[in-house]
Amino acid sequence: MSIDTETARRVAKLARIAVPEEELPALAGEFNAILGFIEQLGEVDVEGVEPMVSVTPQRLPRRDDVVTDGDQQARVLANAPDAREGFFAVPKVVE
Amino acid sequence: MLDTAHTTPTPKTYAGATGDWEIVIGMEVHAQVSTRSKLFSGASTLFGAEPNSNVAFVDAGMPGMLPVINEECVAQAVRTGLGLKAEINLTSAFDRKNYFYPDLPQGYQISQLYHPIVGEGEVLVELGDGAARLVRIERIHLEQDAGKSIHDMDPNMSFVDLNRTGVALMEIVSRPDIRSPEEAAAYVVKLRQILRYLGTCDGNMQNGNLRADVNVSVCRPGQYEKYQESQDFSHLGTRCEIKNMNSMRFIQAAIEVEAKRQIAIIEDGGEIDQETRLYDPDKNETRSMRSKEEAHDYRYFPDPDLLPLEIEQDWVDALGAALPELPDAKKARFIGDYGLSDYDASVLTAEAENAAYFEAAVEAAGDGKLAANWVINDLFGALKNDGDKDITESPVTPAQLGGIIKLIKSDVISGKIAKDLFEIVYNEGGEPAEIVEARGMKQVTDTGAIEAALNEIIAANPAQVEKAKENPKLAGWFVGQVMKATGGKANPKAVNELVAKKLAG
Repeated sequence: MSIDTETARRVAKLARIAVPEEELPALAGEFNAILGFIEQLGEVDVEGVEPMVSVTPQRLPRRDDVVTDGDQQARVLANAPDAREGFFAVPKVVE
Repeated sequence: MLDTAHTTPTPKTYAGATGDWEIVIGMEVHAQVSTRSKLFSGASTLFGAEPNSNVAFVDAGMPGMLPVINEECVAQAVRTGLGLKAEINLTSAFDRKNYFYPDLPQGYQISQLYHPIVGEGEVLVELGDGAARLVRIERIHLEQDAGKSIHDMDPNMSFVDLNRTGVALMEIVSRPDIRSPEEAAAYVVKLRQILRYLGTCDGNMQNGNLRADVNVSVCRPGQYEKYQESQDFSHLGTRCEIKNMNSMRFIQAAIEVEAKRQIAIIEDGGEIDQETRLYDPDKNETRSMRSKEEAHDYRYFPDPDLLPLEIEQDWVDALGAALPELPDAKKARFIGDYGLSDYDASVLTAEAENAAYFEAAVEAAGDGKLAANWVINDLFGALKNDGDKDITESPVTPAQLGGIIKLIKSDVISGKIAKDLFEIVYNEGGEPAEIVEARGMKQVTDTGAIEAALNEIIAANPAQVEKAKENPKLAGWFVGQVMKATGGKANPKAVNELVAKKLAG
């Protein structure tokens, strides 16, 4: 798999990261280097090996159905660039 | 899987300029899971709270916060799967569905694309007149709901409330087995009924706790059968997905108008673009949600914050053993045990609360059919006229209604007086038998008293007697007069017999 400038532009946009046009070719090059590194894993024969999801055998931790959190409107909104009347206020996003 | 007790409904056809068309519908129903707290956080799921007050840092997507699954959400999904006769996957897993929107600050929705918790099931959708469509369920997966954006509070800003962010949803995905707008609405009604019986979703569509995405395509007659044989989608038309509908009426209207739009495009020589559309009820049209197109590159991958969800068969069995009786079984039992009509049984089982009330009334009355008539006609009628009250708010208890019915059955009161008695109990309360005693409402079965009243009427109306002797149909006039004279308390059967005897003699 090879990443071209166009793909790099698209990935940046999906990630909402502004990348100047002139930096896109270099970025695509870096992506390719990373992918090349990862593709080396393809050399390992994993035929019949069960996918490993955890280093130590663990059961997914569960929570009881109890309300233990919330009631912290001010803290939730504290880092918002703009908040009004208890809401996050964001640039208009309407269909 | 074959349902032999019902006939298969005919698909709806649309007459186009170039011939007939049929529609094919598949649905994705999003049902909010009934739990106290969210899928991956300890924040409350309560509707209508102050904005952003039911929000944990997990829901707000704060860096470093980790999701921990709410076991009850898993149990509710399993119950739902069992209720839809579906296979339960003992191992399932969560994936990230990446998209950027202010109502989901994580930047991704945690969902189950590759390994859903529930596999294939089915829903029997009854359409009246013995017709029913068996709709196959493809899968049910657990996922997070998004928050709510309000667009009309400011001309330049959208206001975001994260209270709903992270609440658990079940996405119930059907196969494209639905063949008309009416079937689509009936499917949602049936699904909602089952979920409410199970207690896994309250089905409140106004609050958005149950909403449907509808996939619609059109094809020529015969094409659908080819798809069914081969399960090859290429026999069907290109589908469009109409998003986020929360009313049965809109679902039907949207499908109707979307089918006609697609037919017009194809007949004009055009092609259908597979896309997401929005239904506008004011203009009764669907339109493309172009802004969603780019967001559709979801880049799913397994969520590294969550291990696979493994559950045990014993646990599933225990949940299954504790399931309540479901609508189909209850309805069949009402028909079989109480001799109810299909229609009456459907009405009484529409809501679990109605069915419970009815059964308690039967217990008190000792008569299923009479109890069904009284609940459906008199009680539902009275509740409706009383500000559309819910059966749980009924001022008449099942024991009281049963008491009234018992008095009719044992000939203590006439059916007519029973209506008055019902009104008294509804408005004033009290024990029916005591009210009848105290207010002298007992039916007069004493033939002597009835005869005396009848004799008086006959004596006072010799002309009527002559006419009635020639025309027996006029006997009804005497029956009415006797009922009037006895304040409606005379046993109608006894009066009829006496009148017939007197006029004949």
